[in-house]
Amino acid sequence: MKKTENMVWRFFASVRLALFTLLILATTSVIGTLIPQKNPPGFYIDSFGQRTAQFFQLLDVPDMYNSWWFLSLLFLFSINLIVCTIDRLPNVWQMVVLNNLDTDPERLEKMPHRQLFHASENTDALTETAIALLAKNGWKAAHENKPDGSLIFSQKTPWSRLGVYAVHLSILVIFAGAIIGSLLGFKAGIMLPEGGASGTVYESGTGSPIPLGFTVQCDDFNVEYYADGATPKEYRSVLTVEENGKTTIDKRPIIVNDPLHYKGITFYQSSYEPMQGFNVIITNTKTKASQSFQIPFGQKNSWAEGGIEFGIINQEVRSRMGDVNRLKVWFSDGQGEPSIFWMDNSASQTITNPTATYEFAASQVYATGLQVAKDPGVWTVYAGCTLMLIGLYVAFFLSHRRIWVYITREENENRCRILVCGATSKNKIAFEKEFAALVQGFTNDSSFHNA
Amino acid sequence: MNSSQLLGITTFAYLFSAVLYIAMLVFRAKKIGLFATLVTAGAFLINTAGIGLRWYESHQMGIGYAPLSNMYESLVFFAWSIAIVYLFMEIRYKNRVLGAFSMPFAALAMILAGLKNPDIKPLIPALQSNWLIAHVITCFIGYAAFAVASGMGIMYLVKDRRSDKTAGPLIASLPDLKVIDDIIHKTLLFGFLWLTAGIITGAVWANSAWGTYWSWDPKETWSLITWFIYAATLHARFTRGWGGRRIAWLAIGGFVSVMFTYYGVNYLLSGLHSYG
Ligand code: HEM
Repeated sequence: MKKTENMVWRFFASVRLALFTLLILATTSVIGTLIPQKNPPGFYIDSFGQRTAQFFQLLDVPDMYNSWWFLSLLFLFSINLIVCTIDRLPNVWQMVVLNNLDTDPERLEKMPHRQLFHASENTDALTETAIALLAKNGWKAAHENKPDGSLIFSQKTPWSRLGVYAVHLSILVIFAGAIIGSLLGFKAGIMLPEGGASGTVYESGTGSPIPLGFTVQCDDFNVEYYADGATPKEYRSVLTVEENGKTTIDKRPIIVNDPLHYKGITFYQSSYEPMQGFNVIITNTKTKASQSFQIPFGQKNSWAEGGIEFGIINQEVRSRMGDVNRLKVWFSDGQGEPSIFWMDNSASQTITNPTATYEFAASQVYATGLQVAKDPGVWTVYAGCTLMLIGLYVAFFLSHRRIWVYITREENENRCRILVCGATSKNKIAFEKEFAALVQGFTNDSSFHNA
Repeated sequence: MNSSQLLGITTFAYLFSAVLYIAMLVFRAKKIGLFATLVTAGAFLINTAGIGLRWYESHQMGIGYAPLSNMYESLVFFAWSIAIVYLFMEIRYKNRVLGAFSMPFAALAMILAGLKNPDIKPLIPALQSNWLIAHVITCFIGYAAFAVASGMGIMYLVKDRRSDKTAGPLIASLPDLKVIDDIIHKTLLFGFLWLTAGIITGAVWANSAWGTYWSWDPKETWSLITWFIYAATLHARFTRGWGGRRIAWLAIGGFVSVMFTYYGVNYLLSGLHSYG
């Protein structure tokens, strides 16, 4: 029993398994980059044939990154990390908190970096000098009297040994954030025509309705183009949020890369659709009377107050989507001939009639496409990412460096023997230099003589 | 003088620098070493000026943006990153032979850039983000380190294959295998840190633009595959004591994956990243 337990433990704690899982994850991930993901079943039948498509369905290839086997691989990877950590961390922790003033003198004699000195002074004076020398080189030291002399110890960044574990932990934190997001969050979308509002959004993929608990309204949508007239410069929606009959967000503009956050739900500008219709504002410049309308294309409308009739009788479309470039207006206030003219979309035109002048502004009605996401795990993911970067820096570029100075009396020779020695957890070459600089400090001091 | 002319000069300057380093190695002409370094530093400055001027030109056109947003600009920045990573290593390791195995990558990146259209085009809304700038810079410093590491991998294999036979003076002038191995390792660590930062900044950007930090789009997935490969490489070294030829091969293989992530995905697969 003990033995099998041990074998299972060893298996899950092994780095061999980690290498295996990493390579399997790397190779299988390629599949989803070659075979388009999340298309409807018909797509796979058309592209790969009936039998292959069936085989794909069996292995969830059309959504492989959420398939049972891919998630199992990630699960195995996590178990591996956890077991490996439980297996090794206690020993590493010991190294971090170890009292190095208890180190066995025999082990000091075998340290990878060593230098011997002799001196004629007594141990107390030598201890003081050595501590000062260490301090001069940036080593803060502690010391302890020993039966035959004195031991001085100093170390730098012992906690850097934990860097690796911070990296490993960060992977689990990121996974935890992803799980929180997929359990408690959603990804959805909605199309809102200008002036339209909704309290429901529709889940991506399934299309099932998700109530928001408040309503979001699109007051306005605009596309702005660069001077070349073809490249879009900005997509901008203006959103208003109402909750319990109260306006809680009033006319907040959003653009791509600057979404609206409200109660843990985020609204992203993602697409738009031109609609068959126009927003029209007519202003009588003398009386300042003004009225806005939303009218369909090709119908006669009237503004009773001013005795005005008008309509959009033709339009020039710029793209296959149906964006209107210019539109043709028919306008009459019953005085004289009706005005008929072309104007740019989203512009305004002055109409001068015998008895009055009018300002006529028209713009095509758009619907804005909003991506709506709720992801309560995202801050956990970001915390994991930050931890990973810090952990990698610590694991790669910092090391646990230790220096001992062991001073012993040699009674028969009437002098002291001084052993300066050190060890590093990694990056030997850099430590060698650091150690040499320290030893040079001892050599230059008149109290010490090279042995 | 406009930026594409400056960057055209940069191409020749990097090419010249690569040729000088290789000549220095082949003809064991130590004397031209300093000249090679000066040419490289000069090329790097022209490259920097070219990027700066392009930035300025975009502002003159009223569409100011950091020139890191399409294949042309990213290749130019890739060359710049390789040059700075290499110059750093030349100073750090006091060894010019590394240049023969690094600067050809910078020249190649500029030649590839030369095949692209250098027109300055305005940025579509999705690309107007400071996270994009952080994303491109971090990724390309990582890519550049991996390019240099693969060059060192090639150097290792060249030296190793010949060392047992009658090692010619050419081979003898390469650094010790142990030294090359150490350089490969350090460069991989450096690259891995930046690649990780690159993937993370990309995720943050995606989240601010689309509301998902990860969507398994082919480019994202390939960057993760590359990351897995390097993670496996580092673990094989730390915990299983791999070194030498095997790590040299992995440094080369990892870079093939980098190049596929960067270049191959755009042409062979479809996805969100239609630019560099
Ligand atoms: C892709 C995911 C992983 C990343 C990014 C990662 C990262 C790292 C890093 C940066 C080190 C550096 C150590 C150093 O500089 O000394 C390391 C060491 C190590 N990793 Fe991982 N790791 C991953 C997955 C795993 C897994 C799944 C295991 C499971 C066994 C594992 C086991 C180890 C071990 C045993 C060490 C050596 C620790 C030591 O020196 O005491 N790693 N890892």
